Amino acid sequence: MNDSSMEPTTSINRLPAPPKSGRWIVPGLGLFQGLMVAGRNMFESYYKKERMTTIQYPEQRAPISPNFRNFPFLCYDKDPVAGLRCTACSICENECPPKCIYIVLDRDENGKSLKRPKVFDIDISVCMNCGICAEVCPFDSIYMDGEYELSNDDRFSGLLLGLDRLSKSAEYHMQLRPEEASEVMARRKADEEKKAAAQAAKEAKAKADKEAKEKAAAEAQAATEQKGESA
Amino acid sequence: MISDPSMFSPPPALEAGPDDDQLLRVSLGPQHPSTHGVFRMNVVLDGETVVSLKPVFGYLHRNHEKIAESVTYLSSMPYTDRLDYICPLTNNWAYASAVEKLAGIEVPERAEYMRIILGELTRLINHTAFAGFILGDMGAWGSALMYAFREREKILDLFEDVTGARMMSNFMRFGGCRNDLPAGWADKVSVLVDGYGPFLDEMEKFLLGNEILLVRTRDVGQLPKEVLINGGITGPMLRAAGVNYDIRKVEPYGIYDRFSFRIPLGEKGDCYDRIMIRFLEMRESLKILRQALDQLPEGPFINPKTKIRNFKPPVGEAYARIEGPKGELGFHLISDGTVNPLRYRIRPPSFINLTLLEDMCLGLDLADVVIILGSIDIVLGEVDR
Repeated sequence: MNDSSMEPTTSINRLPAPPKSGRWIVPGLGLFQGLMVAGRNMFESYYKKERMTTIQYPEQRAPISPNFRNFPFLCYDKDPVAGLRCTACSICENECPPKCIYIVLDRDENGKSLKRPKVFDIDISVCMNCGICAEVCPFDSIYMDGEYELSNDDRFSGLLLGLDRLSKSAEYHMQLRPEEASEVMARRKADEEKKAAAQAAKEAKAKADKEAKEKAAAEAQAATEQKGESA
Repeated sequence: MISDPSMFSPPPALEAGPDDDQLLRVSLGPQHPSTHGVFRMNVVLDGETVVSLKPVFGYLHRNHEKIAESVTYLSSMPYTDRLDYICPLTNNWAYASAVEKLAGIEVPERAEYMRIILGELTRLINHTAFAGFILGDMGAWGSALMYAFREREKILDLFEDVTGARMMSNFMRFGGCRNDLPAGWADKVSVLVDGYGPFLDEMEKFLLGNEILLVRTRDVGQLPKEVLINGGITGPMLRAAGVNYDIRKVEPYGIYDRFSFRIPLGEKGDCYDRIMIRFLEMRESLKILRQALDQLPEGPFINPKTKIRNFKPPVGEAYARIEGPKGELGFHLISDGTVNPLRYRIRPPSFINLTLLEDMCLGLDLADVVIILGSIDIVLGEVDR
């Protein structure tokens, strides 16, 4: 590097550069043009429909976008406890970037997993609304809410949402995001049908096996009886 | 480390020297409105002239790189939104492309187009906000910023429709994007693109003919090309000085080689050129947007083979860079085959462009320092990380 090139500019010509095009013929013309723009913008804000966008907030509300996300909620079918889709698998807990989810798995007295959360807390003072928990959940359990009026005078327990405040029904989800919810419902229904069909098939197979076994046993018995008779 | 008392001694520029009784030491910032965030400059003045300028930053340090090394690859994505919070989608894009390079993931056609559209809209946002802020730095706080933010808000509404949030988008994924564009969204962008040209005309009429602006920005903050290149300056700062270097052309990432657009170049590299070049770049962005909207194909928006949960790229190293609105934004990742990166490093354009601040300011007035700082277009979220 050349040393002289490192020297900063020290002398500055404070006079404006000579005009290139016709812009500088009248001194102050640029300023006047700018003022015209500002003036037009000011008057337009009084009569142009697209400029009058103020919404009187507590009385009126702007519609929220269907993709809008704020804080997560847990989805349940029908019953808030038994119908909770969450299986406490802790995937969201591990993937959560600020680690604001806390899950404890519910177990029965023998220590066997009940596949449901005993504690499911989300600290929304830490949550960064990213939606990764909703994205990674394999059980269609956690979704992003659109609720935004969450101010609270209790900054500790008021902002720590537990199961009681997080659980929301599938109907609420349907209302919030009809497209996504109906897709999920259709998939769950198909899965359930598949499961039921598999279960039925399994049962039928078991039944058939049982029948076959019984038949074979009966035949064997009959054969032995026959043998005995013949003997 | 922390017990070392020298860490708490005042910065050198504030200590009185033996022979400089006539010099005035000013601590400009960190709560100064024209420092674009919490940034402090220890300026030594001789009368009005700057004799020395030492930047002090780190007030907004959030340990981003270390956090990213302790969480999964996907979990770092929302943190990248908070780097340069004016343009989150280009940050997402740079990080996603680094991981794609690391793991060898292909991106489907539609996702590439979506990225181009969102990335160029982000460039519009950044340069529009810049035009508003630079006027604020010159003391014209109000009108220009409000006009710029009015248009910016329209784009942010479009972002909210797609990503779910105005600014914290968290949208790009490894191998595509998180969700598809909503129905009718592309038409809304077309309407916006058509209306943006007239807005730029109005803004240019409002700003660029203004004599006060011309006097305060012409020949202010010039540096020779060689110094800029040696200092690692990229983006509009470098191109304003007439160096033809844009990663979209030099090393076309994504599908930028399919679009026809030009790279505007400045002549002198003073603050006026830096403002002007951003206006010209916005017009080029509009060209790219029109072409991309015309060609937007149907298809998958994400590579279906990519794993969302338990994503583990192979052992290796990758550096991917994109032309962010402020300059070259790069992510350097080293993977050891586990769920979190072994090393995660960002090359932030604002931070590196800021390194020549003192060279640009020496010998000028204190009022020029504020304009030069504004013309670099820094965002402290990215400088401090």
